[in-house]
Formats: sequence, structure tokens, C-alpha cells
Amino acid sequence: MDMKRDYYEDVQLLTSPVVLFWFAVLIGSLYCLPFFVDNYYIYVANYIAINIIVAAGLNLLVGYTGQISLGHAGFFAIGAYGTIILMTKAGFPFLLALPCAAFVSGCFGFLLGLPALRLDGPYLAIATLGFGLTITQIIGRIELFGGREGIHAPDITIGSWVLDTDKEFYFLLITLTIFLLLFMRNLIKTRVGRAFIAIRDADIAAQTMGVNILYYKTLAFAVSAFYAGIAGGLYAFVLKFIEPEIFTLMMSIMFLAMVVVGGLGSMMGAIAGATLLCWMDLKLRNILDIPYVGDWLEHLSNNWFSITGVSNIQYIVFGSILVGIMLFEPLGLYGIWIRTKKYWRTWPF
Amino acid sequence: MESSFFLVDHLSISFGGIKALQNISFTMNKGEIFSVIGPNGAGKTTLFNCISGLYKPDQGNIQFKGNSIENKKPDTIARMGIARTFQNIELFSHMNTMENIMLGRHIHMKTGVFKGMFLWGKSSFAGKEEIVHRERVEEIIDFLELQNVRDKFVGALPYGTQKLIELGRALALEPDLLLLDEPCAGMNSEEKQDMIFWIKDIQDELGISILLIEHDMKMVMDISSRVLAINFGKQVTLGSPEEVQQNKEVLKAYIGEEN
Repeated sequence: MDMKRDYYEDVQLLTSPVVLFWFAVLIGSLYCLPFFVDNYYIYVANYIAINIIVAAGLNLLVGYTGQISLGHAGFFAIGAYGTIILMTKAGFPFLLALPCAAFVSGCFGFLLGLPALRLDGPYLAIATLGFGLTITQIIGRIELFGGREGIHAPDITIGSWVLDTDKEFYFLLITLTIFLLLFMRNLIKTRVGRAFIAIRDADIAAQTMGVNILYYKTLAFAVSAFYAGIAGGLYAFVLKFIEPEIFTLMMSIMFLAMVVVGGLGSMMGAIAGATLLCWMDLKLRNILDIPYVGDWLEHLSNNWFSITGVSNIQYIVFGSILVGIMLFEPLGLYGIWIRTKKYWRTWPF
Repeated sequence: MESSFFLVDHLSISFGGIKALQNISFTMNKGEIFSVIGPNGAGKTTLFNCISGLYKPDQGNIQFKGNSIENKKPDTIARMGIARTFQNIELFSHMNTMENIMLGRHIHMKTGVFKGMFLWGKSSFAGKEEIVHRERVEEIIDFLELQNVRDKFVGALPYGTQKLIELGRALALEPDLLLLDEPCAGMNSEEKQDMIFWIKDIQDELGISILLIEHDMKMVMDISSRVLAINFGKQVTLGSPEEVQQNKEVLKAYIGEEN
């Protein structure tokens, strides 16, 4: 039994020395990772960390506040372009350009949040979808932003430290990710987060309890867009080169899928969902190299589909896995986690 | 004219062709328990929704402590000191009891986005504020004897307990006026007795004025100082419980007419 002795324990993250120990182990091993794995996996880790930031932000909006967005690739693009433009054209240092670009993204989030006050569910989804599509079109037409040809990311320097390898970037990225996740977790545990959840669960009751629903709905959009903006700014330096075609509707849908597959309204879920989907996205590209399964899929594709076979058979597998997860565990990966925990808590009964 | 504690003046609202409320007028004194009775569909909950700002009345005026609540949003009205409960429970089902009641402290807290993000330890602004207000919520939990469900999610709790948590959440606002929409609906007689006891306590100990909708006549007669009866959105009578109980129109509305 866990006995509480202090009101602070209700909101504490590290509630016992055991938790503190494992938390330290986790953080420590994240920082040690680059010394043990080769460069490709560092790239993968960077890719996953960026998606975790977006998923955490989107989860605040979709999972905690009960809004929906199919336009997060737009915020992601604003962050990416904003950071590069501020660095190359305005001469901002990276650590200043990144939050500034994310702030711009957050402002756009606020503006998009305004129609959200009148729209709900599918209607809001379409409104945000429109935003995501428009933003990339606009960016692609602006000469300053490199137009259709795209734009190169400059090298990052922080003081005298030049981050020109994936490994060095990893240390920066993992630090930012940890802090952003802690900030998000704290936000959800305190007054503002409670207001968000209240709006999701019973918006009428929330209003009559003094929650300004207009303010908090737009605030959720702004914070969510800020996170997407930060992630976008970082993504530009993972790719080293960005063009409008990267920020597609598919990207927005993948962000949403991460949050839903992970489990709505759970930080752990967002992290797990982002990790799983990124991992699958990268790994399934090589699906034909897997022994037996790969041969079988190739055989299937050549015999039963069009003459040339299915070039993107990984998406069929990818989609099937998503359908499977949602079918067997509607609460997503977080649901699986809860059930496992419950099982071990009551084990061996 | 001297401004009264709470005043509803010629309030009317209609939805399409249905006149839900017509010319409802009454005043409430500070510290009073005032009941609104009437058959189903009489417009009682509509009256509450007008008071808490969810509906905008077509005509008439509502004044609280001398200020009009016209065109004010529900959250502003809550900040003025009016809290309410709902007939059909409107709890935040994915929060536990503590968090639900903590939401009632929303208007008394100040932590915003940035202060919330910087919840580092007990001495941070957000940490300090959480502790202070959780202590306050704990008093409410003690008052309503909800200790055993403190950390349980409210969605799975018994109906009567959920009603109590709603009451607790409204009390956490520290309102001057509390609107209770059928607090005893669906409760057994024992739970009802407890609820009556608490409502009286809220009036006596906390000095909160209560506007009550209730169907249980015995309870209404027991605790309220005055009663307003409405039917089909119209005011039938207003007076002491005894007067209202003997009013022919009220009997007709409730029991039916003799042929």
C-alpha cells in the first residue's frame, strides 16, 4: 500500500527512491546510447525523439483537451522554415531561432484555435486539414523560403560547440526532449492541465466552475502548435535540407496516428506511439529483406497484384498492424501497459 | 430601490414556439434556502441554466449582489460567486475525486502555463499553490465524508457518491449562492437524510444561500424557508412551504384535477 503523507505527493513525479533510481537509469542510458550504437541508430533515435515532441504536443490537444487537428504538419513546417530563415537571413543563433520560430507556430496555433471554438469533431478536423494543406502551399510559393527547390539548413553552433554530426545533435535533442516532456507533464498535472481535461470530459460543467472555455481551447492549440514548431525546427537539422513536399497531409495523419495508437490522454502512450510508428516506418522499408516473410510478401505481390507488383508493400503491412492494434486494444499501447501492470500486481492470482 | 441579494425579474425565454419560462420573478435573501418546485418539464432546470449563463434569456433581468448577470459568460458568473450542481451528473469522469474537487478551486488559483510547467518541487509557485488548495479540498472531502473514494476515478463510483462529489466540487468554489438541481434524485431514504443534513450544514456553517430544485415534497417543506412553484414555465405561486402546499393550483399540477 502506498500511504500518502503529503499533498505534494499527489503531483510528484518521482514519488519514491525506487522510481528516482529507475528514472536516473533511464536518463543515464539515453545519454550513454551514442557510445554503444552505430551512426544509423543515432539518426533513428533523433527521428524518434522529434516525433515524440510532436506527439506529446498533439496529445495535449487531442488526448487531454478533446480537440482534433489534422494540420500539425503545417505547424511542423512553420517551425522548420522559421528556424532556418531566422538563422540564415536574420542571423539569429540556433538557440534563439528555435523558440522564436516555435512561438510563431504557437501564434498560428492560437489563430487556428479560434474556429475551434465553434467547431467540433469532424468539422474541426476538416478546418485544421485545410490549414495544413494551405501552409505548405504558401511556403512553397515564397521565394525567400527557397520556393519549390527547398532550403539548406546551416550548421548549428552553440558558443564554440559546432554540432555537425548526428551524434552531437543527439545530445542537444535528447536534452530538449526530456525537458519538453517534463514541462508537458507538469502542465497537465497543474491548474491549466486540469482545465483542459475538464473541458474534454464535461465542457458545460467546466464553464460553470469558472473555466473560460474560449481561452483554454485556444491555449491548447497554441501550446500544441508550439511543441510541433520546436520539433519542426529540430527536424530541419536532422534532414539538413527541407522542401515543402515533406510536410504533407500524410505527415499530419501519422502524427495523429501516433497519439491514437499510443493511447489518447497519456504521456506514456504518446511516447510509445511515436516510437513504435517511427520504428515501423523505418524498419518496414526493408521488409523484403526479412527472411521467409520478405520472400513470401514478394511472391504474394508478384503473383496477385499488378504486373509490376506492389512497390510500397510496407504500407500494407504498416496499415494492417495499425488496424490490429486498434481492434484488439482500443486504448492503444497505454491500454496494453495498464493491463500488464494490473496482471503483475495481482500475480500469481 | 435597495438591491437584494439575488433577484430574478420578469424572466422569459422561449425555444422556437415553446415558451419555457414566462415572467418569472422572485428575490432571495442572503442565507436563505429557497426551493423551486414543479412537474417535469415545468422549466426549473431552464431557470438554472439562465442563472448560470448557459442560456440567454429573451427578456427580464437577473441580479446578484447588485450586479446584473446579463450577457455574462458562465465562467464570469462562477467568479461572481454562483456555483451549481447538475440534475444529470456532469463530473469529469477521467479524474479522481480529489482532482474533480480541485477543479472547483480553479478560480481561486493562479498557476498559468509557464508556472505550471515549472513545477519543480514543493517550493515552486505551482507546487506551493497545489499544496494549499489540496488542503482546502481535503477539508471538503472530510466534510462530505468522501475520504474512502479520495483517489478513485469518479466514473465507476455509485450514483449517490457522484452526486456528493458534484456538491463538493461546487463547494470548492466557495460560492455565495449555490444552485442545487435535484440533489436527492435517485437516492435511497438514508442517503436523502444525509443530503438534507449536509444542505442544512452548508447553510448554517458555511453561510451559503441555496437555491434548490427538488421533487421530494417532504424534503422541500422541511428545509426551505420559501418555495416557488412553476408549471408550464409560468409562476403558479410563491410563499412559505405551508402556503404553497395548500395552494389549489399546485395540487392540481401535481396530483391532477377532480372531475
